[in-house]
Amino acid sequence: MHFLRRHPVPADEITPESVYRRRRELLKLLGLGAAGLAAGCGAAPAPETAAEEAPAGRPLPIARRTDYARGEAETRYRDASHYNNYYEFGTGKGDAAANGARFRPRPWSVDIAGHAEITGRFALEDLVKPDALEERVYRMRCVEGWSMVIPWVGVPLGEVLRRFRPTSRAKFVAFTSVARPDEMPGLHYPILDWPYREGLRIDEAMHPLTLLAVGMYGHELPTQNGAPLRLVVPWKYGFKGIKAIVRIEFVETQPRTTWNVAAPEEYGFYANVNPEVDHPRWSQRTERRIAGSGLALFGNRIATLPFNGYAEQVAPLYAGMDLRRDF
Amino acid sequence: MRRVLARLRHDPVAAGKPPLFVACLLPLAMLAWDIGHGTLGPDPVAQLEHRSGDWALRLLLATLAVTPLRRATGWQPLIRVRRMLGLFAFFYATLHAAVYVAVDLGGFWSQLLGDIARRPYLTVGFGAWLLLVPLALTSTRATMRRLGRHWQRLHRLVYVAAAFAVLHFLWLVKADHREPAIYAVVFALLMLARLPRPRNAARAALQRG
Repeated sequence: MHFLRRHPVPADEITPESVYRRRRELLKLLGLGAAGLAAGCGAAPAPETAAEEAPAGRPLPIARRTDYARGEAETRYRDASHYNNYYEFGTGKGDAAANGARFRPRPWSVDIAGHAEITGRFALEDLVKPDALEERVYRMRCVEGWSMVIPWVGVPLGEVLRRFRPTSRAKFVAFTSVARPDEMPGLHYPILDWPYREGLRIDEAMHPLTLLAVGMYGHELPTQNGAPLRLVVPWKYGFKGIKAIVRIEFVETQPRTTWNVAAPEEYGFYANVNPEVDHPRWSQRTERRIAGSGLALFGNRIATLPFNGYAEQVAPLYAGMDLRRDF
Repeated sequence: MRRVLARLRHDPVAAGKPPLFVACLLPLAMLAWDIGHGTLGPDPVAQLEHRSGDWALRLLLATLAVTPLRRATGWQPLIRVRRMLGLFAFFYATLHAAVYVAVDLGGFWSQLLGDIARRPYLTVGFGAWLLLVPLALTSTRATMRRLGRHWQRLHRLVYVAAAFAVLHFLWLVKADHREPAIYAVVFALLMLARLPRPRNAARAALQRG
């Protein structure tokens, strides 16, 4: 796995929470409310109690931490948890955070099905062992043209899948989200073909970067980010990261995936981040990064990298493929 | 107070203009407040774009609502608020475009022209703004007099601009078309309300046989 070029951060180099909080307080005291500066109005920096809001879920034990975003500034927890797409709760970016109160992510079980020696229904705790959790800071690029840097907590999907001993007929992995209309108000509108479905080729699923996440920012996932179990594939557009997974099936042919079915010419099955292949309606060359203080109005736009900056690790998966056709 | 009331009775449109002017500035004031307080949310630039765009479109449709309202109520003086609404629509459209170009694109301008040509939602969005420019420039009383008949013909461009603005919104959303659809329906109704009535009556009579 030398090609992974991990940059493990020694435990003693990780900033303790209390310290970085104090650091942020200091920055705030210095009046680095960039928006205030940009606007040229002498307004006091925003009261950021809400912005510094701690994750609500239980803290998770973390065995190892790795920064896969080369030290780029992280997105604040508040922003990552209040600005995302989760149409089961509504199509607004804040809808998932606003409408998730009725959702019950526990108890949870997942059906493992298809071409594997072991199949059946498994409790979440058996699927993702709490003592093996690692934190990974990944860039997250949305197909809409914005991006974040998020510390996820989970286990490599491949390590989980291998335990079920997929057979040689397992060429793809199909994932299905939960669909509970009583708890997820967005399901009342046929915006998409519910339940949400996603899929990966088996080698993509087994790739060490592909993460099965149960947490973020050191705590259990909040409902709006896909509690209790979601997929994170950092070199693909965000919609591949299916949330609230209830079914994982090993299949022989490429599975139907929700956005691909909704608009096949706009959202491919692979959906690899690629600045060279535009969305038919907008350019994918650049992205607006949502990170840091979250207040800056200027300088948020950055160039989008092939495979979202993970080309070194994942480009070999697609050797010989025409990525314009198989976008 | 008595003078205000007297004026209100004598010329309600003139009396109503200053409050309308202030009302049209409220969205701008709220944007400025949110910028100053850092309360634009996780993606402040997108918020600026969405809110300025929303108000440009709303005010454009409000401008188009003046004539049907005037016909429906028979209250002619209403026409005198139309220019203000139209100019505010242009103001918010300009703000919207300026935020996109100066703030959002910041530093990545090289692809802008190509994108306007290639991306239909940008083409119609930019087109809508461009069509509003000559209308704003010819909105003074002097140019109205100078252009005479041609003024009205020129200002029919507002229908195209509004259609483009609605399309711009419709084409940029990913899957949930409900919100832009509301604007499209309002626009369609405002256009239907403009169909000349006598012909309508004649057609209705024809259908009745």
